[in-house]
This record gives sequence, C-alpha cells and structure tokens, in this order.
Amino acid sequence: MTNDIEPIKDPGLPAHVHRKADSDPIAAARAERQVAILFGLSAVGTLLLIYSYIFVKNDKFIFIPIIGETGAQQLGIGMGMAIALFCIGAGAIHWAKTLMPDEEVIAQRHEFRSDDEDRAEFVKTVKAGASAAGLGRRPLIKRSLGLALGLSGLTPLLLLRDLGPLPKDNLQKTSWKAGMRLVTDPGDRPIRPEDLEVGAVAQTLPQLAPGEERTLNNIGKDAVLLIRLRPEEFNLTAERLSWTHEGIIAFSKICSHMGCAVALYEQQTKHLLCPCHQSTFDVTRAAKVIFGPAARPLPQLNITVDAEGFLVARTPFTEPIGPSFWERSS
Amino acid sequence: MTARERIAGNVAGYVDDRTGAAKWMKKNLTKVFPDHWSFLLGEICLYSFVILLLSGTFLTFWFDPSQREVIYDGGYLPLSGVKMSAAYASTLHISFEVRGGLLMRQIHHWAALIFMVGIVVHLLRVYFTGAFRKPREFNWIIGVGLLTLGIVEGFLGYSLPDDLLSGTGIRIAEAIIQAVPLVGSYIAFFAFGGTFPGEAFIPRIYTVHVLLLPGIFLALITVHLMLVWYQKHTQFPGPGRTEKNVVGYPLMPVYMAKAGGFFFIVFGVTAFLGAVASINPIWLYGPYTPGQISAGSQPDWYMGWLDGLVRMSPPLETHAFGHTISWNILLPGLILPGIMFTGLALYPFIESWATGDKREHHLLDRPRNVPNRTAIGAMALTFTLVSLLNGGNDIIAQQFNLTINQMMWFSRIGVLVLPPIAFIVTKRLCLSLQRADRDLVLHGRETGRLVRMPNGEFTEIHEPISAEKAWLLTSHEQIAPLELPELDSAGVRNPGVLKNKLRNRISRAAAVAVPKATETDRLELEDHH
Amino acid sequence: MIFALFTIGTTFQVASAVNNDTTTVAARSATVDEGKQLFLKGCSSCHGINAEGGGIAPSLIGVGAASVDFQVGTGRMPLENMSAQAMRKPPIYNAAQVNALATYVASLAPGPAVPTDAVLNYERDGSIAQGGQLFRTNCAMCHNFAAQGGALTQGKYAPTLMGVEPKYIYEALITGPQSMPVFSDKTITPAEKLSIIKWIKSTEAEPQLAGSSLGRVGPVTEGLLVWTLGIGLLIGVAVWLAMKAK
Repeated sequence: MTNDIEPIKDPGLPAHVHRKADSDPIAAARAERQVAILFGLSAVGTLLLIYSYIFVKNDKFIFIPIIGETGAQQLGIGMGMAIALFCIGAGAIHWAKTLMPDEEVIAQRHEFRSDDEDRAEFVKTVKAGASAAGLGRRPLIKRSLGLALGLSGLTPLLLLRDLGPLPKDNLQKTSWKAGMRLVTDPGDRPIRPEDLEVGAVAQTLPQLAPGEERTLNNIGKDAVLLIRLRPEEFNLTAERLSWTHEGIIAFSKICSHMGCAVALYEQQTKHLLCPCHQSTFDVTRAAKVIFGPAARPLPQLNITVDAEGFLVARTPFTEPIGPSFWERSS
Repeated sequence: MTARERIAGNVAGYVDDRTGAAKWMKKNLTKVFPDHWSFLLGEICLYSFVILLLSGTFLTFWFDPSQREVIYDGGYLPLSGVKMSAAYASTLHISFEVRGGLLMRQIHHWAALIFMVGIVVHLLRVYFTGAFRKPREFNWIIGVGLLTLGIVEGFLGYSLPDDLLSGTGIRIAEAIIQAVPLVGSYIAFFAFGGTFPGEAFIPRIYTVHVLLLPGIFLALITVHLMLVWYQKHTQFPGPGRTEKNVVGYPLMPVYMAKAGGFFFIVFGVTAFLGAVASINPIWLYGPYTPGQISAGSQPDWYMGWLDGLVRMSPPLETHAFGHTISWNILLPGLILPGIMFTGLALYPFIESWATGDKREHHLLDRPRNVPNRTAIGAMALTFTLVSLLNGGNDIIAQQFNLTINQMMWFSRIGVLVLPPIAFIVTKRLCLSLQRADRDLVLHGRETGRLVRMPNGEFTEIHEPISAEKAWLLTSHEQIAPLELPELDSAGVRNPGVLKNKLRNRISRAAAVAVPKATETDRLELEDHH
Repeated sequence: MIFALFTIGTTFQVASAVNNDTTTVAARSATVDEGKQLFLKGCSSCHGINAEGGGIAPSLIGVGAASVDFQVGTGRMPLENMSAQAMRKPPIYNAAQVNALATYVASLAPGPAVPTDAVLNYERDGSIAQGGQLFRTNCAMCHNFAAQGGALTQGKYAPTLMGVEPKYIYEALITGPQSMPVFSDKTITPAEKLSIIKWIKSTEAEPQLAGSSLGRVGPVTEGLLVWTLGIGLLIGVAVWLAMKAK
C-alpha cells in the first residue's frame, strides 16, 4: 500500500436511459396527444376570457369553494387568461420533456483569460493611444479639460434647484395662532368643553378663515387630538397643567417619530398608541413616550376658552410638530 | 428543397448578407445549458419583469399621476362625493370601469411580489451554492443592485394610487429623508416640492417608476444575462461534470421550449393569483390624508423587514449644539440596511480574501461542504426573518393572542441572540451531513434489512452506493486553511500582519470539515472485512 | 243617548289611562327591583353592593342603560376571567333580564339611554360616503380600514365590527366601553353616528370584488400568500420541468 491517498474516481456521464416515447411509437403518439390537449385547453381558456370580457357584467357574482363569493367578470377574464397562458407553457414543457431529444450534450469551457501576447498587445495599443493624445505632455490641455468637464458636470445639480423651495422655517411652524378655534374633523364645528364627556376624544383642526381652503399640507401639520380626563388624573407640571382646560388636553396628532396620525386612544390606560411603529404615549404625563421607538413626547397645544365659550388655542405650538430634523434644537 | 425551406433560406440569406448573423447564430443555437430546477429561479424574476412591463404599460393608458384634488363621481358608491387626488380617482376608474382593469392591477402587483420573491430565492440559491465566485463576482453585484432597485421600484409603484396605506408609507419615507443630518430637510423639500404631502411627489415618482428605473433595470438585466451567456452557466457537481465542461441540453430546441414554456407558466400563475386573490384593495383603504391612519399598516413584504427594524429600534435621539440627530430613524432606516447591502454586494471579495481562494469556479458547492458560508447565510436569514416578523407584529399579535409589547421585546432580543445561535446550529448540521456522506461512501446505504449471524448478533445489510453517487459525495474540494506569516521579516507583530492573523483565523474556521472519503479509505475498510 | 255613551266612554278611558299610568310606574319599579336583584346576585361581587365600584371593577353610577345593554347584551359582562380585556361571548341573561339590569343602573344616576329603533334608522338617516370618511378619521386607527379589528397595547384589541348589531355599535360609540373612548354627540352627531353604522353595514355586505379578500388586513396576508402558494406553484413546476420524463 502506497502512502498517496487515492481519491474516488469520476465514473463519467451515466449511460443514457431512453424514454418510452423514444422507442415506442404508441407512447410517442400518447405524448403528442397530451401536448395537443394542453394546447387545446389553452384555447378554451382564451375563449373563456373573451366570453367573460364581452358577455359577463361586472355586477354579477359567483360562488367558488375556498374563495367564496367573488366578481364573475373579473374571475372569468382572469382564469381564462391564467389557463390560456399556463397551458401553453405546460404543453411546451411536456413536449420538450417527452419528445425532444434528451441526450445530454457536453460542451467545453474556454479559458477567459487572453493569452499573454494579446495582453501585451493591448497594453501597447493603449499606451500608444495615450501618448498620441498627448495628455501627459500637455498639462495645459489636461487642466483646462478638467475644468470644463468638472464645471459642466455641476450644472445638472444646479438645474434641479427649483424642484422645491427651501424649508426656511416651514418645518417649525403650523397654522395655529392665538385665539384660533378648534373645530371638528370632519364637520368644522367649534367645540365647547361641555360637549366632551370624560373619556371622550375629538379629532380637531384649526378653524378656517372665511373663504379659506384647507389643504392636505395644512392637515399634515395642524391636526390636533382633544382628550378629556378628570383633572385629578393628570400628572403634569404646573405649567403644562395650565395648558389644559377643565380636564381637556390637546396634543398634536402627528407622531413625533415618523409622522403617522396618532389617534388611537386607550380610555382605561390613558395611553395613545401610534399604529405605525407602536410608540405609546402617556396622556396623563403630557404624552411622554413609554414604549416604542419615538424619542419625544407629542407636542401639547395650550388651550383655553374664548368669550363665547368655545375651545381655542391660547398660543401656537411652542415646538415644531411631527418628525425630527437636523435644525430642530430639542 | 420545399417551398418553405426555400423562403426561409432567402430570409436568412438576406439578414446574413447585412449582419453576418449565421456564424454566431449557429454557435449560439447549440449553446449548452445545464438542467436543474434551481437554475430556473432567476428566470422567475426575468419573466416577472416582462409581465410587469406588459401589465404596467396597460395601466399607464388610464392612470392619471396627478395629485390635483377631484370629487369622486364614479361607480364605487361608498366614495361618492369624497375629495381625493386624481391619481386615486383614476385608479378607482381602472378598478371599476375598465374591463379587466382590476385584474391587470392585481396581476401587476402580484407580479411585483413574485419578482421580489424570485430575486430572494435566486439570491439564496446563488449564495448557498457559491455561484458568485470568480469569474461571476460582477454579476453578483449587479444582482444585489437589482434587489435594491427592486425594493425601491415596488415601493414607488404601490404608492402611485395615493391611498391611505401607501400614503402613510410615503409619510414615513419623508421622515427618513428629513432625518438625514445637515441636508435632510432640504432634500425632503426638493423631493416633495415643499411641505409634505404637497402635489409634486406622485407625478415625480411616476416618472421614476415608469421610465427611469425600468430603463436601469433593462440595462442591468441585459448585462446580467449577457454575462451568464458568455461565461456559461455554472453546474452542480456530478459524474462527467468538471470545471472545464458544461453538461446539459442545447438552446434549440430543448432549452427554448422549456424556458419559453416556463415564461408562460409564470405568466399563467401570476394571472391565476390576479384572478383569485385580492391585492391592494385601495377602495377600502380610502384616499390619503395625513389626518387618518389604519390599524395594521404595513409596507409590502420586501420592505417589511425594514419596518420591523424601525419598530424595534430603541428611542435614541441626540440633541447637541441646537441640532437633532434621530438615531432611532437613521440606524434602522439607512445605516443598518446600508451596511447589510454593502456587505452583501462585497461578499464574494470578502470570502475570497478570507479563504485565499482566487481560482475560477464553475462547479457549484453543495451547501453542506462549505459550512461557514452556509452558516453565515443562515445567520443573515434569521436576522431578516425576525425583522420581517416584527414588521407584522400587530397582525401576528392579534391572530395568535400575543401582545405587541411581547413581540417587540422578542424581536429586540431575538435579532441579536438568534442569528449567532443559527450560525452554530447550521454549522453543526453541515458537519453532521458531511459525516453522513462519508459514512454513506464507506459503508454503503442502510437497507433496513436485518440479518442474524450464527453467533446471535444482529447486523443490518448495507448496500454499496453507485459509483456516480460516490463521486458526487466526494468530488468536492476541501480547501486547506491559509498559513500566512503572522510576524513580519523583523519578527514583529506589526499592524500589516495583523490582517494576516485575522485571515488565518477565519480561513481556519472555514476549513473545518469532515475529511471526505477516499478510495484508500474504502480499500482499507475492505481489508478489514 | 250619544252624550251618555260619550261621557261613559271618555270616563272609562280616563279611568283606564290612570290605571295604565299606575301600572306603568309599578311595572317600572318592578323592573328596577328585578334588575337590582339580578345585579346583587351577578354583578355586585365586583361592582359593589351599590354599584359604587371596587378594586377591579369601575363604578356604574352614571354609566347609563346603554352601557349595561352593551356590556351584558354582548355577553362581555359578567367577566369570565381576568384577561387583558372582556371578550364578547354568548350572553347569560335574556333580553328581559338585560333590560331589567339596564333600568336598574339607569335609575342610579342619569346616563346614556338605549337607542330606540327610531333613532337607529341608519338606512334613512345615514350617508355611506360620509360614514366612510368619519370611520377612517375616528375609528380605523383601532378597528382597521375595513373594520376587521386591530391590536392595542398589552394584549388588548379593538374587535372586528363585522356582524355587530347596529344598536351595539351605537351604544359603544356613546358609552366608550373599556379601552374605547367616548364619542360625544356634539363631536360626532347622532346623524354622523348613523352614517358610520351605515358604512360599516355596507362594508360588511360588500362582496369580494376580485378574488379572496385575504382577511382585509393588508400586505401581511398578501406576502404570506405569495411566499406559500405563489412560489410553491412556481417551484413545483420548475421541479417538474427539470425532471427526466419516463
């Protein structure tokens, strides 16, 4: 016994196993029939599609096991298309598997690497070309070319400047001003404190000036959630307590995390839940974050009542609402 | 010569006179493609892309990519008189007044989901079999690029109808942009043409979704396929298959029929899903307004893992010198995915650096024979799966009577603890399988037939395995670990050679294997019998 | 003669009316008594002898007949076990008993009343489209866009509204059971509440327009389907494609 380890040898491609259809004409005819049936089924599918498109109305419904009741027109067109396409594919594959030659073929791989002679030629060609261009010998051309290309490369960036305005203080401000009434969303009705029972919530927006239109941009900044608790349930600093009115507290509805609407109020726990990433805010502690990825409490709106007894903002928001940004100082 | 042959000959001659096509057509029509079902996964992506182009073009004939406000007066009564964007209204029109419109919307969206599923399973096949090694590293990078762009394209696509669910997704995307330090608020205002939501975003992403990204996809997919064509497809090891050949079937007619047929299969399955399963029922979501939200809001699955990462993030935010950095957004939303995708793209180079293997490979690995790579893959999959599950934590909690709080904590801890466990378990599994292979070669297959010997002992009859199987189980290479110098020429451990120490260690870990059975072992065993 | 008949007739009517009044008052106080007995037997152990509340159960003074009708009528009360929230289950009291309990609790202090059928005529007084807008602004964040329900914190959940009687929806809106807040009549008017109910009923009745709705919960079930049926079918065909034919 020698000391060399002898590996197991490659026995080579296994002997070809013939299919029934290769030798038996009956099997071949059967396979041919099967392929034809599949192609025929495809045609039926197309007919179903055409029939459903033209004759089935879209207010008709049909019952299918597992799926239940569903629109008949859409199902007919869809299943017709599905059968038509699937059966062409199945037919083609079955044809290839049973009737087309299935003897394995061997092809040789060629090395990708060019031979050394070609590589040397390549290097020579590039070098010759480079020296013909003469960049190396002509630094003035090189530098001025660099200047030209570099400057013109900057212009696309410049041309995009008017994509949008600069933010300026847009992110820092909302429409809320002192004395603005809170109105219901939807409905635009002003609200009195006695309209809200303990445990009630109201979705609100600032009242519009006459003739003013409210845009989605406004809603995205101004949406405010009103919640009424019993005053003794609050656990607030004196200042924040003064921002409430008879147990009614107001928060920006736009989540301080990533801007979803935080309107999910759990009455018993006094928690607000944002359904996007499950940040949870404690209403009794000025919407302090008690769970989840939000890093800041929801900004609280300072509210009071006006001369006619409707709830109004006493001041605008004292901090930017919504998600954080670089310029936000806290 | 028949009339048909004569005409065909004339046409071919006409084209060849002008292009010289006969020469390369002859060569390429007989090109050999190896046949394994897992090689069709990439085709799922390719055909889904074609389906997306076709169904998407259909949709563009009716879709109005404008955010201008309209009042709905179409056929869906629960939205009568409701204010909405023209984009949403036109999508309702496609769904309810255009025959086949809703079907096409559903086919388009299901095709997008299948496209992404195809990319992931194709990536997993390429990864676990090592098909990304030289000379195919560049193709791997293109593939990772297609994955990333696919995620973006899908997100932009389902945001086009401007419904409540996708609009919420755009709000979150805007928050990520806004959170970028220094330039975030500027880029957000440029992208949206001002404050969120504005009226510029949907028309702009329409251009990106319909023109820019499909163009880039076409270019990348073409290069991707040309490289596969030119470099020839890899093949699984087996009898008669070597690094220097390709064993399979010719393009014409077999491969054309099978691959062409598979296109119709993928289209048919997608149409089937479009017919029997509802997807993105925007009429139920309602039009987008920032003051509304639904419980259980998630992005499509290929972004679900990102959402899960954001949900489990700790509430980290720093405020310094009048500026805020939201780590709770940047880390899960940009930094971590950036690291993951970069690592993924560079993996072929990392692996060849770690193992020192710089040779060409055309034979695939069986995953069990590369335990380190397989275990790293299992680790990455576990991480992604935990994140993905957390993305749906509210729906899962509701279904299985758990709490979202439990799911969140499970995910926060699980995403750190479970991947290393997956690594260890997978590596052990691979080594066990190697041992089982070795036993199979040396001792044969257990037949389950017991024989009692004269002395009373029971033994099981083992059947020797075929020569082809034995070759399959032992043809793989077992790379020796690197032994780079850990001290430089002066005998000092300087930082330059610290790299070598790391490489040595990693390649040693990668080289852990059960020695494969050899003919010598077999003969020795026979001697014992 | 006619005059006599008239006099006798009206006198008899007045007499019987007076009798009716007394029977109604008597009937009402009998209902209150019956309710009180039922309360003492089945509710007072948690809610207190005088419904003043206790450690684990809130006071019922002022919650109104509507709260009782909702909680007891849907079987949520009496609580079976102390879980995260009361589950809807088959009620153990019949309609008359529920009415008695409700009347008793209503007698303790004024509170929201059980809405009558006249009030609940959502088909006539509600608007589906307006209801949808209201639902998406006020309800979808807990109950999901198609009223399928959703998760709250710590294992609580907003239940599905499919198959819930309009009366109970209305009562829930005005009484704010458990985690649900109260929706005051001034912030969501009774007509708006009916619109919400009408939209919920219309959504419930809306057939699947384009295949299985997959639960109407959004992308999670869609992704699940594509990763099981979708890729399963395709890989199945791929395996068949590459298999050698016999």
